[in-house]
Amino acid sequence: MAALYELDAAQTAQAIAAGQASAVDVARAHLDRITEVDGDVQAFLHVDSDGALAAARDVDARRAAGEPLGPLAGVPLAMKDVVVTAGLPTTSGSKILQGWIPPYDATITRRVKEAGIVMLGKTNMDEFAMGSSTENSAYQVTRNPWDLSRVPGGSSGGSSAAVAAHLAPLSVGTDTGGSIRQPAAVTGIVGHKPTYGTVSRYGLIAFSSSLDQAGPFGRTVLDTALLHQVLAGHDPADSTSIPQAGPDVVAAARDGARGDLTGLRVGVVTELTGASGGYQQGVLEKFRDAVAILQKLGAEVVEVSCPHFDYALAAYYLIAPSECSSNLARFDAVRYGLRAGDDGARSLEDVMSLTREQGFGPEVKRRIMIGTYALSSGYYDAYYGQAQKVRTLIAGDFATAFGQVDVLVSPTSPFVAFGIGERTADPMAMYVNDLCTLPASLAGTPAISVPCGLSDEAGPALPVGLQIMAPAMADDRCYRVGAAFEAAYLAENGPVLRHIQTLGAGR
Amino acid sequence: MSPIRGLSVPPSRLWLVSEDRAHTPGGDVAHAGLTRDEVAHLARLARLAVTEEELDLFAGQLDVIIGSIARIREVAAGDIAPTSHAVPLQNVLRPDQVSPSLPRQAVLAGAPAVEDDRFRVPQILGEEE
Amino acid sequence: MSAPTYGAAVAAYEPVFGLETHVELGTRSKMFCGCATDFGAEPNTQTCPVCLGLPGALPVANEAAIEFTIKIGLALNCSIASWCRFARKNYFYPDMPKNYQISQYDEPLCFDGYLDVEVDGETVRVGIERVHLEEDTGKNTHVGGATGRIHGAEYSLVDFNRAGIPLVEIVTKPVPGTGARAPEVARAYVSELRDILRTLGVSDVKMEQGSLRCDVNTSLTPAGSTEWGTRTETKNVNSLRSVERAMRSEIIRQAEILDQGGKIKQETRHFQETTGTTRSGRSKEEATDYRYFPEPDLVPLAPAADWVAEIRASLPELPAARRARLRGELNLSAEDLQALANAGVVDSFAETVAAGAPAAEARNWWLGYLAQQANSREIEASALPITPAQVARVIELIAAGTLSAALGRQVVDGVLETGSDVDTVIAERNLGLVSDTSALAEAAQAAIAANPDVADKVRGGKIPAVGVLVGAVMKATRGQADAATVKAILLDQLGVSE
Repeated sequence: MAALYELDAAQTAQAIAAGQASAVDVARAHLDRITEVDGDVQAFLHVDSDGALAAARDVDARRAAGEPLGPLAGVPLAMKDVVVTAGLPTTSGSKILQGWIPPYDATITRRVKEAGIVMLGKTNMDEFAMGSSTENSAYQVTRNPWDLSRVPGGSSGGSSAAVAAHLAPLSVGTDTGGSIRQPAAVTGIVGHKPTYGTVSRYGLIAFSSSLDQAGPFGRTVLDTALLHQVLAGHDPADSTSIPQAGPDVVAAARDGARGDLTGLRVGVVTELTGASGGYQQGVLEKFRDAVAILQKLGAEVVEVSCPHFDYALAAYYLIAPSECSSNLARFDAVRYGLRAGDDGARSLEDVMSLTREQGFGPEVKRRIMIGTYALSSGYYDAYYGQAQKVRTLIAGDFATAFGQVDVLVSPTSPFVAFGIGERTADPMAMYVNDLCTLPASLAGTPAISVPCGLSDEAGPALPVGLQIMAPAMADDRCYRVGAAFEAAYLAENGPVLRHIQTLGAGR
Repeated sequence: MSPIRGLSVPPSRLWLVSEDRAHTPGGDVAHAGLTRDEVAHLARLARLAVTEEELDLFAGQLDVIIGSIARIREVAAGDIAPTSHAVPLQNVLRPDQVSPSLPRQAVLAGAPAVEDDRFRVPQILGEEE
Repeated sequence: MSAPTYGAAVAAYEPVFGLETHVELGTRSKMFCGCATDFGAEPNTQTCPVCLGLPGALPVANEAAIEFTIKIGLALNCSIASWCRFARKNYFYPDMPKNYQISQYDEPLCFDGYLDVEVDGETVRVGIERVHLEEDTGKNTHVGGATGRIHGAEYSLVDFNRAGIPLVEIVTKPVPGTGARAPEVARAYVSELRDILRTLGVSDVKMEQGSLRCDVNTSLTPAGSTEWGTRTETKNVNSLRSVERAMRSEIIRQAEILDQGGKIKQETRHFQETTGTTRSGRSKEEATDYRYFPEPDLVPLAPAADWVAEIRASLPELPAARRARLRGELNLSAEDLQALANAGVVDSFAETVAAGAPAAEARNWWLGYLAQQANSREIEASALPITPAQVARVIELIAAGTLSAALGRQVVDGVLETGSDVDTVIAERNLGLVSDTSALAEAAQAAIAANPDVADKVRGGKIPAVGVLVGAVMKATRGQADAATVKAILLDQLGVSE
């Protein structure tokens, strides 16, 4: 039998439910694996061994008592540090929140706990989720388990690295412009950004309120769907939470795994296929192979133009900084977090400015200033207002496209994982990582990234992701198509993660 | 269904390519430029005590970034309704019911300074409200 | 050169004013969270992740606050928006947990209404620009320094109990053409508004607790000119009297500057209760750019037409209609009713009449002695610790001859001091009239014996001199006798008749 940490989530839950392994054994196996490997990977900011073992013991006790357990009871999970956890440090990757212990749980934290899922700890991230490489963390640089000299993507890079390195079978990320899908792609795992409004934002430390959405990572489409089902659901504490039940994504994943896509209409987005350059050839090749697999499964593939997607990056880098400039104003050295320079002589205004200067990293400061600029009275219409109109046009492009096709596909990111430090000096070079993921973020529509092969164009063989986009509330299509693709890919090539380097004792 | 298939792909208006930095700051006529003084003003508004070195760095970077995103103004969107919310919801209200507040020790636990069960802050220079 | 008199100021310049009134709504829970709104709770005990602005917390709007705001809008003859949004107003201040205030910007819930107010029998229509909903801030206490004020303080302490209480802002259109009466009109507007809010039951409108606060905008236009002058905004105006005083003082201040050929600076000023004057605050030119944008954490509001119609149908009788009705029913003059309204005692008055008192007597008490008592305590007459029923009982006892007018005032004092019943106060303080004629006869004899000269004068026909003897008897009985009865007994004993 494989080591417990090698099992995927569905297998783990099955083993626990069948009494083949205790939840405590599973938790210990992962905690040991973290001890062994995370010194290299640096995925976790905080490991909660005691809490994890207590939660696991509780699951074992409930199983022994014959209580009904959820489909993921006893399965370990890594939580992105942007999600508020009562009694556990929550920093959002920022120095300004160092040492803060929240007095409440995010709704999704509560849902995870209620499902009997065992939270192992909090994962590293770009500060306040701003970035595509996790290098903007105030605490540490997380390394891509495929190649420790490379980034794991971002901003949910700790969560993607944890799952890829088998430190946890599941993790939670958040996606504002691609922060689940891009890290999933560059670490060879599955990540889904749900329809905006289907997963509660209550307790997510806000980056850009109208875009932020939490979602699942897993090593398989089914695992990802199982976690999605736990996270999603209406929450009266979030005014933007959709008061209807979402589709059954687990059923969709199981259905898709049967591998028949006959009658499915798939649109290849012209604007996201690198026609004018900027995409790595290896990425485009793997994408073309993936489209061929979809055709083989019975899907009808057409090319669809979404002309306003070309403006997605500009719209995003106006809307997200604008909202973040306001969301991050609350970090003011009054009620929680860092206070710098309070020498008894300085005014509150000075202490506040010094605290924010010392507490925020450069990318956060840049975005706060861009947002402050874009919202200024003289510029509002030209920038923020115009960006919101473009948002309407992008949603319109999706609506038109989904009038013709069932799903849209593209590469998840133009690039495979790049080297640590390679893009940090140039903010714009970092921003283009999100080129393919931004449209769905702006439209609030769901999209999944599924591994679709390896590219060795940049040196070592590194994973490439296939993005599958669906209309709002049709997350099930992402899972169905994703699972069908995964099954077909697996049949031909075996799992992508089979090629990941061995970390830890086996190295 | 009418497939939109074109072998001759229309030239994408992709504004930026990756490693070789094809974006050209200042290439956008709509962009007025962002001076060091303006960046200092933005930092003050945002309560960031940026250093002189940062001002130099940020002035250059923000100028490039804003110059690039300024192309949003090319889009003819005159009568298009802006999207402020991604979900088509309205009238989400809660009944006027009292629910428990946090225990006070939890409220004050994270505070940098506390006195008399209140948050203590240094002297305020702003006006009286 | 010195400041002009008020009369000279309004002769030379036409005042134009506007008012922004903030009202804390009397909902049970806060605007965006379930925390209680009780006044005077221990610091930071009515706070939660939402109203403390903790990372990750999100607002959900209180339905009752929306309903209350629509009620106010309807009572002020406003249109109700069919669709509107909340907006974030961004600025840093330590009593504001998120460093933005959730407010409304260019899409207020209610807009374009009016309120008619009466001053000296004339009706003035005050236009209402907008009524919108926002959240209140916390409260700073300044420590160190002499005054407890922000300037000179060493540090400050913040209590967030008040943060997030629903706050309605009612903004008038500029009001020109009221001349010298501008301050009175402003006061009458706030008074009428307060009565409406109280009648609607949407706020306890206690100015002394800060649940109703005013900012007064004032500008002067030189006589004959058509262009309005530069306005100032006076904050911290927290009583009806202050509204009038602040505007008068600002009119005189601005007139003095204009007289000297100066220019009015557009600025925020602060009213100082102690001096009755305003002093300069932050200048508007330096004002922050609030960087408003639609609040992404709250979805739009679209009050359904039938909901608005339902709210309209449920509105109680408003003060103006009530006054018109009372005027007919009680046969009171318009001036009297307006005076009662301006003193904020229409309800108290009407309830006193309902408890059996004649309207004229009830009016005299509420506008006379009770108004004086309220004034000396610096509270509203309606807030005095005496009920209309108690006032009616005093009036009844005076009419029955059990109390004199002077004794009635003493009984009222007793009720105000002790909170006891009228009859308890009379018994405990032995304040009933002496109606025992033998006791009065004894006192009369003593008075005559003590004042033989006066007695002779009266016997000699100088009847008005008997007043001295009446006074002596009243003094001896500590005022607890009916003066007319005493006079009759004295004249009888002296053997003269009127």
